[in-house]
Amino acid sequence: MELLLTALVGVLMASSVWLMLSRDLVKFLFGLILISNVANLVIFLVGGLTLGEPALIGDAPESETYANALPQALVLTAIVIGFGLVSFTLILALRAWQALGTTDVDEMGLAERRDGPPPS
Amino acid sequence: MNALLIGCVMIPVVTAAVIYLAPGGRRTRSWISIGGMSLLVVAGALLLREVSRHGVLAEQMGGWAAPMGITLIADTFSAMLVLVAALVGLTVSVHAVDDIQDDTSAGGFDSFLHLLIAGVVGAFLTGDIFNLYVWFEVMLISSFALMVLGGDRVQLDGAVKYVAINLISTVVFLTAIGLLYGLAGTLNMADLAGTLPEVGNQDLVRVVSVMFLIAFGIKAAVFPLYFWLPASYHTLPISVSALFAALMTKVGVYALVRCFTLLFTGDEELVRGIVLTAAVLTMVTGVFGAMAHTDMRRILAYHVISSIGFMLLGLGLGSPLAMAASIFYMLHGILVKALLFMLIGLVASAGGSFELGRLGGLYRARPGFSMLFLLAALSLIGIPPLSGFWAKLSLVEAGLEREAFWVLAVLLAVSLLSFVPMIRIWAEAFWKNAPEPPQAPGTAVNPIGSGRAAPSDSRMVPVVALSLILLGIGFAPAPFLSLTDRAAADLLQPEAYVNAVLEPAGDAP
Repeated sequence: MELLLTALVGVLMASSVWLMLSRDLVKFLFGLILISNVANLVIFLVGGLTLGEPALIGDAPESETYANALPQALVLTAIVIGFGLVSFTLILALRAWQALGTTDVDEMGLAERRDGPPPS
Repeated sequence: MNALLIGCVMIPVVTAAVIYLAPGGRRTRSWISIGGMSLLVVAGALLLREVSRHGVLAEQMGGWAAPMGITLIADTFSAMLVLVAALVGLTVSVHAVDDIQDDTSAGGFDSFLHLLIAGVVGAFLTGDIFNLYVWFEVMLISSFALMVLGGDRVQLDGAVKYVAINLISTVVFLTAIGLLYGLAGTLNMADLAGTLPEVGNQDLVRVVSVMFLIAFGIKAAVFPLYFWLPASYHTLPISVSALFAALMTKVGVYALVRCFTLLFTGDEELVRGIVLTAAVLTMVTGVFGAMAHTDMRRILAYHVISSIGFMLLGLGLGSPLAMAASIFYMLHGILVKALLFMLIGLVASAGGSFELGRLGGLYRARPGFSMLFLLAALSLIGIPPLSGFWAKLSLVEAGLEREAFWVLAVLLAVSLLSFVPMIRIWAEAFWKNAPEPPQAPGTAVNPIGSGRAAPSDSRMVPVVALSLILLGIGFAPAPFLSLTDRAAADLLQPEAYVNAVLEPAGDAP
């Protein structure tokens, strides 16, 4: 299981880096969404996997083993934060496309024109 | 039990909510905002007093004992930074009353200002590395919101780059935390300080430490990772620019200093080498960037980068003297950057532009105001007896003590070069005659010589207050220097920090 997940993390990480190297803002965003999920997987994986056990101890646990709840809590927090950030970024990209008329980051040079931005 | 630590974090959070829910117009919200910030300044000052009397203050949230629960902790370094951050928040909220007029933006502005300060203060006070990540995100999402308020085209363009690079840094940070947990099995920073040296796989610890270096390096705008800063800071309303320039990068510096004095102390040579090289290159590229530009906001944005280099020298040189000097430089840098951004905002509303070529004649029109600018500029450069001088003097002493002569040479050269852009602003905007024709009709927000702006404008209040604080530090640096000495000693001998968290027996004797 660990091996499988490790390979998955590797593949996903590679794909997201490839996507993020793109000049297209939309592809970059897909890469970003992917990579933030990869980070969650990494936390989950290195926190130690426990198969088929509940995270919390009941009153009378049948077995001695239970899953470590901390990585799950961390991942949950990270998912919530990541969701907020990604939603914001998607809206920002949409607004940028509406205002600037392009999703190519090379053409988004308005803020750094050689003659300086127009006085706003 | 210790209301101060919790208070410092909660005051801005609660104020943000109150502002958001408050009925009434912009005026009411401004007053709540200023009131909340004043309260935070008081809390910050009390916290600093408490810490300087009784040493490190730690508190376990929710009553969970040390390595399990989340710790809030203040040592001299973080308490000083909390106070300064609160001061910046207060001055910015006063400054914004007249600067951010547009009503729809203004409602969001006050709330997000407080949330951002909450994130900054939380990052300074937390003793848990995952909690640090959460505070970083609080700060980050508020900064995103502040960045796009108003929604100018230029702003959106700058924001895309800012958001993108910051999210990359976030992912690196989060992954590094995950790996750290896997290695050490704890996320409490004091506990990590003890467990990390005992981890079997020290090479992996080294990898994780470099990931932290990269993540915080992006936040702090260190040499190869700073390109987002000059691409975005000049697009913002001036209140937001002042806030960001003063605080955002410094939180990155704080996190770097905290992590590499407390957690990753095993590889001092490697880390010092990297940090020192990066610091020197940051200083140099920052000052060259400042020399190359003619827009005042961009000049100052590059100055922010250059000053980050100075702040990292302490970590790079690693001696108590150097660390103290860097902390002093940090406090001075935060205040002087906020002040300068506010000043150029006033220059631009007097002259109608941020572009040096279109400005002129301000000294003739408003000599008193011009003196304030000169004071701030000279303080930034480090002319005695202003605050920047003491900061740079102690850095030079520290360099001499460590015999790092090439660093010293660069430091002095950069200081000399940083004259050029500041004096150019002075010469172009203040001394030379106003260009003919002054400006296109309608662009002048407040024509020179109309005599309208100066006294009634509430933007002058924070400017004068910050100038007085800087003058105070300049003429009486001794108490501040002794505080920074203590902060540096605490950082380099983290036993007190660790004991305060893990052995809370001597809690408030």
